[in-house]
Amino acid sequence: MATVDTMAADHGAVPMQHHYTTTGLDHRKIAIWAFIGSECMLFTSLISTYLIYKGRSLVGPLPHEIWRNPSTGQVLKPILNIPVTSASTFVLLMSSLAMVLAHDAVVNSENPNRKGYQNSKLWLAATAILGTTFLGFQAFEFTSFVHEGLTIRTNLFGTSFFTLTGFHGGHVTAGVIWLLSLLAIDFKRGLKPSDALNVDLAALYWHFVDVVWIAIFTLVYLIK
Amino acid sequence: MANPYAHDAEGHGAHDPNDSHDTHGHPTAGTYIKVGLVLTLITIVEVWAYYIPSFVASHWFVPSLLIMSAVKFATVVLFYMHLKYDHRLFRALFTGPFIVAAFTMLGLMFLFGKLAVRLGLLT
Repeated sequence: MATVDTMAADHGAVPMQHHYTTTGLDHRKIAIWAFIGSECMLFTSLISTYLIYKGRSLVGPLPHEIWRNPSTGQVLKPILNIPVTSASTFVLLMSSLAMVLAHDAVVNSENPNRKGYQNSKLWLAATAILGTTFLGFQAFEFTSFVHEGLTIRTNLFGTSFFTLTGFHGGHVTAGVIWLLSLLAIDFKRGLKPSDALNVDLAALYWHFVDVVWIAIFTLVYLIK
Repeated sequence: MANPYAHDAEGHGAHDPNDSHDTHGHPTAGTYIKVGLVLTLITIVEVWAYYIPSFVASHWFVPSLLIMSAVKFATVVLFYMHLKYDHRLFRALFTGPFIVAAFTMLGLMFLFGKLAVRLGLLT
């Protein structure tokens, strides 16, 4: 099967390591967009489940409301911690900014006129650190919820909330691993403009994780 | 003659002269930073709105939050995921499933919300 390498050599174009496709587009980029499309449907189903069960929990703790246990008289305050989640949302948004700057740095890595801030190692490390910080916020939130009596088995809110945010956290974890692998490659041999597509694929995944959180933050945390 | 199937470093099929949608200009770092500032500003307004009891009680609270969230969503997808500048096939691969997902959500909300209440399945 002919590849672009041989075809490019024939035609004098810059050889890339991408396989020929009838669309003229790289199959890996088509694949990541198709994957993101399928992930859209996954997270929509999880968010829909949360919204359907919203307000239908029989026992507390509840997300936005005070709940009084009728048998013991114990009063449980609303469990969502908006200031902490707002901070984690800001952290994830900034990680997206760091990610696009990492991609920009890789694209310009061999540009003699590149600016001092166009350092792929710096921005990839920043993205991974911000992603890990977000996970730290999530671990803190989950732990405090468990201490306040909300587990995945407590009520419908707990089940749908932990499933939704847990799936998102799993995706963030996978993204951090992907970013760290890119960072390791960057330290080992340096990422060049020919690697821009590899960074772009990770960036698309990372931004998707960010947009999912944008929806979760509004629908789960802010709307009462 | 240019190879019609060669890819650039971004994975674009770069060489269809009839494809007016296949643009390659990506935003600069300055644009990315401005977009980051806009996203931060909208997030601050969202959280600020959450702490105004009179606004939370009004009919404008939920629609305004949904609009702000949609603007943030679209901004990230268009600029950071550079769908605004990318090939139309990528746009179709994202917007197609997104539309299906949106209608699925609306359908589920109707079935398990208003319809279920009307049929007496839920209170």
